[in-house]
Amino acid sequence: MQAQLLHELRAIVGADGLITRPEQLQTYECDGLTNFRVVPAAVLLPATAAQVQAIVRVCHREHIPFVARGSGTGLSGGALPVTGGIVISLTRLNRILEVDLINGRVTVEPGVINAHVTAAVAAAGYFYAPDPSSQSVCTIGGNVAENSGGAHCLKYGFTVTHVLGLDVVLPDGTLVHLGSKAGDGPGYDLAGVFVGSEGTLGIATRVILRVVKQPQTVQTLLAAFPSPDAAGAAVSAIIAAGILPAAVEMMDRLSIQAAEAAVHPGYPVCDGLLLVELDGPSAEVEARMAQVQAICRDCGAWELRLAQSAEERLLVWKGRKAAFAAMGRISPNYIVQDGVIPRTALPRVLHEIAALGAAAGLRVANVFHAGDGNLHPLVLYDRRVPGQEHTAETLAFAILQLCVQAGGSITGEHGVGMEKKAFMPVMFAEPDLETMQRVRCAFDPLHLANPDKIFPRPRLCGESAGPYRPHPLETAGVAERF
Amino acid sequence: MTTPNAVLTADFAAIVGAAYVTSAGPTDAVLGCRPRWVVAPGSPEEVAAVLRAATAAGLRIAPRGGGTKQSWGNPPTALDAILALHRLDRVLEHAWGDMTATVEAGCSVLHLQQTLAAHGQRLALDPLWPQQATVGGILSTNDSGTLRIRFGTLRDAVIGMLVALPDGTLARSGGKVVKNVAGYDLPKLLTGAFGTLGVIVEATFRLYSLPDQMVACSIQAATVAPLQALLLRLLDTAITPTGLQLRAAAEGAALDVRFEGTAAACAAQLDTVRRLAGDLPCSAADPAVWTAHEAIWPGAEPAVIARVSVLPTDLARLCTAAAACVAPGGAWQLVAQGTGGGLLRLAAPADRLPAAVHQLRAAIPAGDGSLVVLDCPPAIRPQIDIWGPPGDALPLMQRIKAQFDPTGTLNPGRFVGGL
Repeated sequence: MQAQLLHELRAIVGADGLITRPEQLQTYECDGLTNFRVVPAAVLLPATAAQVQAIVRVCHREHIPFVARGSGTGLSGGALPVTGGIVISLTRLNRILEVDLINGRVTVEPGVINAHVTAAVAAAGYFYAPDPSSQSVCTIGGNVAENSGGAHCLKYGFTVTHVLGLDVVLPDGTLVHLGSKAGDGPGYDLAGVFVGSEGTLGIATRVILRVVKQPQTVQTLLAAFPSPDAAGAAVSAIIAAGILPAAVEMMDRLSIQAAEAAVHPGYPVCDGLLLVELDGPSAEVEARMAQVQAICRDCGAWELRLAQSAEERLLVWKGRKAAFAAMGRISPNYIVQDGVIPRTALPRVLHEIAALGAAAGLRVANVFHAGDGNLHPLVLYDRRVPGQEHTAETLAFAILQLCVQAGGSITGEHGVGMEKKAFMPVMFAEPDLETMQRVRCAFDPLHLANPDKIFPRPRLCGESAGPYRPHPLETAGVAERF
Repeated sequence: MTTPNAVLTADFAAIVGAAYVTSAGPTDAVLGCRPRWVVAPGSPEEVAAVLRAATAAGLRIAPRGGGTKQSWGNPPTALDAILALHRLDRVLEHAWGDMTATVEAGCSVLHLQQTLAAHGQRLALDPLWPQQATVGGILSTNDSGTLRIRFGTLRDAVIGMLVALPDGTLARSGGKVVKNVAGYDLPKLLTGAFGTLGVIVEATFRLYSLPDQMVACSIQAATVAPLQALLLRLLDTAITPTGLQLRAAAEGAALDVRFEGTAAACAAQLDTVRRLAGDLPCSAADPAVWTAHEAIWPGAEPAVIARVSVLPTDLARLCTAAAACVAPGGAWQLVAQGTGGGLLRLAAPADRLPAAVHQLRAAIPAGDGSLVVLDCPPAIRPQIDIWGPPGDALPLMQRIKAQFDPTGTLNPGRFVGGL
């Protein structure tokens, strides 16, 4: 990067806000998906929205691509830098700007850690519901980019459900207000579109969040089943009974072993472990939990364990949330996927995943959000064995294809990023992708904001759209017109 | 227009069949703007083909479902044809085990709910006039009702969409699973866009179970103030109402609270409400209170009906401002949900209503609320700013419109800022 430009950027953020030394830049070469790495030309650490805006204006003038970054915990390569581009790290924009509990609103800067939002309102009996497993380190800005979920989104919804408004620096450096504190304002729901756009539409510099009241009662049940099928049947029966749990998680034997090795949650060792959490008014939770236990027994659960204290509940969740990282205890390397399937397809898809794993000669651990069909198959492999990484990648791709064929999605909460953009045509036809990119062209016609993510090919803004072609799901017989 | 009507009629007939291209009558007019045709396609492909042909011929199109909300928004700057979606009226799939449903845009809300109820499920939304209102219409206007305090609005319920664009593109986005972050969330962009970006052809929704039990009470007061205070106290408890509604007028006010779930939980939560209500009279709610957002509508005297959104803490202030802006001699009525959103009626001699709207809008704190006029006497409509200030994102919205509808085929001029 030219010295003159660096000088200009340094003038915006100060000497301690600009990183150009190669060994320091390496810290930013990847996010939580470490198999893609690009060293950026520079990293900027703005401390105010005005600085973000000034940086983006320079990028726009000079046509320099930029990638916004929070804590770098993303699992799809969404924060992967661009060669010759800059990284704008938002960790210094970490202030909670307003807490308005009476209206259930908290306004934050994007670098605020997810768990710090709940910490700021917990004493008054409130919490911030989206709870990705990385919540103790990931930022709200990153959650907004990915539309992060978490175990409790089954009942409470995703990040987008909890974002009412945003200040956004557009890729041309303009600052706009999307949505509002009151919500429901007139105009296109651009806040709704921005959330989950993976940093490709601009940079949020202020986020108005909704926080919710803590439930009167929370109960967490562990149920041990002889097989994943039996556990899956229990999930379907619980939902069919009209019960909406706060969370339903499933772990298989491999995941249980890994979690036990890492954080000793003391789970019953079995082939299908369900973690069912109910929350709400005490009378409701007690009656429903009795129903859930009866359903689990009917479906073959041989052990039911209701957490007896807040500490026990925390330990149960600690084991679940540590599950990915714990895979390191049982395998040198792993690929985590994030496909979603309709809940009723669970047993069939789990069998097919097992068959694919067996055919590839690799182990696949399953730990997932069973309530909403969001699978997290972990393909275990050893990079040192020649060819095994490639086999693992092929297997992971085949699993995503299975999810789409079952009527699901290639990603439920991790985002498309760099990792899955080549898979987008499996799920969407060309007109679908082209239509999405019209939004991109309205926000960022020069493709400066996190370019080369989400879409397999960028659309040249201004080119005209083509006519209708049959959807791949139709030609495959998955979706049909009646 | 250089192409003769007869040629265009034949073009449309070739796409949808001659029986489904009719001459428009007076009742097809949209806010005084009378189209030439009503075209009723029978499939998503036909919707796309009609749009492509209309765009090529430079025609202006207004999509229409049940027609219940055609008088909302600005009048179109021009209108050649109504695109009627009543033939696309099927529930395509109710995946009750997965609690999702895919439905065509012309299906009425009532028919959808009846179909879902066969398996004990529902779209957890109670919009205006469900018997006539269609899925496409409620999506395009982002309508909701009393259930939103617990279940949110359509943006929380819609998980997938099939949309026809003016150039004839048919695009799917989202999917059939509740959790899905693959690509941009176009269903959110189209929801509440008043048919200015594309025509919603199908939508997929997340569903909820019908409740086992339902109980509700109404708390009365002479003025709004004590009920505003009670509303805020209730929001600060762990009760989980599925309805929390403030009804207010000069004559008095009421707070309606509804619970669903097990009998024991409903009873326990009602007790909490009664306890917090203190000396205010509390009685079982008349079921009609849950359609108060419809009852606010008719009336002989000149009135403005507006969709308002403020913070829950500002509801009483909104009522005070509403009373001030119709005084002397006028009347006001508010039906608001606990979220702060609702419908407001201002009645006064017609010539005073434009100023009343202006005054009330000015009383809403900038950035913390909005007022959109839905209905008003036709004579004063030109004097009223229907949408209010569009905010600093208007240029971005204009670029979105230019990307989706560069020729201005769909509902031109009807939306915010003349979009």
